[in-house]
Amino acid sequence: MPRIKSLEDLKKIKENAKDLTSARSEGKTRVVIGMGTCGIAAGARKVMDAVLAELEKRGLHDVTVETTGCIGMCQQEPLLDVIRAGQGRITYGKVEPEDVPRIIADHVVNGTIVQDKVIGRAD
Amino acid sequence: MALYRAHVLVCGGTGCVSSGSEGVLTALKERIAAKKLDNEVMVVPTGCHGMCEMGPIVVVYPEGVFYCRVTPEDAQEIVEEHLFKGRRVERLLYKESETLKGVPNYKDIPFYSKQVRVALRNCGYINPDNIEEYIVRDGYAALTKVLTEMQPADVIAEVKTSGLRGRGGGGFPTGLKWEFCARAAGDKKYVICNADEGDPGAFMDRSILEGDPHAILEGLLIGGYAMGADEAYIYCRAEYPLAIKRLQRAIEQAKEYGLLGDNILDSGFSFDVHIKEGAGAFVCGEETALMASIEGQRGMPRPRPPFPANKGLWAKPTNINNVETWANVPTIIRNGGAWYAAMGTEKSKGTKVFALTGKINHTGLVEVPMGLTIREVVFDLGGGILGGKKFKAVQIGGPSGGCLTEEHLDLPISYESLTAAGAIMGSGGLVVMDEETCMVDVAKFFLEFTQAESCGKCVPCREGTKQMLLMLNKITSGEGTLEDLDTLEELALMVKEMSLCGLGQTAPNPVLTTLRYFRDEYEAHIVEKRCPAGACSALLRYIIDPERCRRCGLCAKACPVSCISGDRQTPYVIDQDKCIKCGACYEKCPFDAIDRR
Ligand SMILES: Cc1cc2nc3c(=O)[nH]c(=O)nc-3n(C[C@H](O)[C@H](O)[C@H](O)COP(=O)(O)O)c2cc1C
Repeated sequence: MPRIKSLEDLKKIKENAKDLTSARSEGKTRVVIGMGTCGIAAGARKVMDAVLAELEKRGLHDVTVETTGCIGMCQQEPLLDVIRAGQGRITYGKVEPEDVPRIIADHVVNGTIVQDKVIGRAD
Repeated sequence: MALYRAHVLVCGGTGCVSSGSEGVLTALKERIAAKKLDNEVMVVPTGCHGMCEMGPIVVVYPEGVFYCRVTPEDAQEIVEEHLFKGRRVERLLYKESETLKGVPNYKDIPFYSKQVRVALRNCGYINPDNIEEYIVRDGYAALTKVLTEMQPADVIAEVKTSGLRGRGGGGFPTGLKWEFCARAAGDKKYVICNADEGDPGAFMDRSILEGDPHAILEGLLIGGYAMGADEAYIYCRAEYPLAIKRLQRAIEQAKEYGLLGDNILDSGFSFDVHIKEGAGAFVCGEETALMASIEGQRGMPRPRPPFPANKGLWAKPTNINNVETWANVPTIIRNGGAWYAAMGTEKSKGTKVFALTGKINHTGLVEVPMGLTIREVVFDLGGGILGGKKFKAVQIGGPSGGCLTEEHLDLPISYESLTAAGAIMGSGGLVVMDEETCMVDVAKFFLEFTQAESCGKCVPCREGTKQMLLMLNKITSGEGTLEDLDTLEELALMVKEMSLCGLGQTAPNPVLTTLRYFRDEYEAHIVEKRCPAGACSALLRYIIDPERCRRCGLCAKACPVSCISGDRQTPYVIDQDKCIKCGACYEKCPFDAIDRR
């Protein structure tokens, strides 16, 4: 481990270690994936893997990934919600792993909702 | 570094470890690996959450779901339901009472929602064994600020502005004490962290040491720079092995990262920290006794002056502060003294950690702004009295604190208000008592502790506490006289006035406050030979009612001292002279024919 010699060194360590605790802080954009039996049967695991891979690729620290149970829209699974400050909760349906980079880039990062996949909105 | 979508925090404080949290941690890791979630879910051992009675505690982020009394068998359900499928495990959620629905989120639990955590800010939130988690939480930023931007005098001025006062009991203004030490002549100086935590029932210092050891190191470093000291001792009681282990680990890591040792941050400032294990006596927590103990001598207090600031450890200028005091320092430097001073009352600034115990629904550690009332702490955070019973009194400040009553419930807690009422802030112990507690017995209980811990050096404390205890024993066994009460009070005041150190000066507090607020209970023991709370066994009488007695003889068989006589014709009677008041007959009688008075 390099010795800390200055404020810059300390900041560097802090930046690099950010992921250590990032999931524990609040007030960030949330991605919620439906992981009920229906979701898993429809391929939610692959969607989850794609989300985690995409976030890591883009180095997005201030996004949390949560799972949720069945919400009764089983025919639309896999479901993925994005909750971004000021935009309420947007639910995407029939999400394929291929859709994930688009949702992350457009909605999570830039705030532009991916309209063709939206099946529900809530505040 | 891989991105972990969920963090499972498992409490590794002494309380949760003893209720089995290490097994929970292992089981969670196993189940997570079995579900192949180990690349996306991280398991983190943390320090104490304060709600030890509910342990082992597990918190799942990002949702912040709070699970309590988790067993290794629950691990599978937490992993499969919550982490895999996203369904909270309802039965493990915290419940305000058995009948209510579970409260899913950490921050919505009343025990936590009113707290303001400064000294405890990282406890239960970070992995204490990982310096980088501390750094992510702004750790060592205050040290960097101090070494690169501030003169020692600026640091002291900031601490003075904060209004921080010693959390070890005395409540002396910390900034002023630092200034005395900084001004003292001499080129070798020491700083000491008092981690002896001798008050029975208090465990805030242990929680900080175990849950956030780097905060103590950073506090000591800042103090060392401000006062011109290059060496620190942490005097930690040997009964805290986990705290010592975490401290040792923290010291090693800080050295690796160049935050301890020579020429820290290229500033020219060098600093070293040693751990000294305590010798196991309560009095060793007193600062002059503590320093004697570090020097290898018998831990006995000496008269002051000279004060440690001028002549302390090895006769060098020394500053000694309590664990909680040191833990506040980095945050005060980072946020500014004014930020800290904005909390609390006029003369008691900031926050204080209290250890709630006794007949209260939620025992544990809470950190609240000064100035909250006793009622808010006992009823809002502590959830009120156990079993719906009536509040009677609260002992504040440890064994040398005082008992306050219902009339004090709305008293805002501060150093001044507590002292005026006859109690002390002490280390922040808060023992709650209900209507079934005998106040004479309570005074005796605490005095037994201080009497046994008196080091014997000065006569008022050694002999005075002994005589007081004899008088209390006389009263609780029904042999006291009303004159004894006057003598007891007189003696108590004398011990308070004339003892050498804080032990003797405060030991009479429980007696004096109970005499002041519950004199009628003392009088009942003396005049009526009766203990109103039914707690003093010597004053109890077990009497068999001849009308109700069915002469079965079970009581006589149960009596361990064979003091019950009777037969099929004559009702049974208890020989009061021989009775040892064990209550065995009372428990056994199938006809409820025995009265207890
Ligand atoms: C009998 C006795 C026991 C004490 N025990 C402790 C203790 O366990 N921990 C502590 O911090 N201070 C204890 N003190 C207070 C210390 O003497 C000293 O005031 C304190 O460490 C100063 O730190 P502070 O200004 O940060 O409170 C005790 C005092 C007395 C008289």
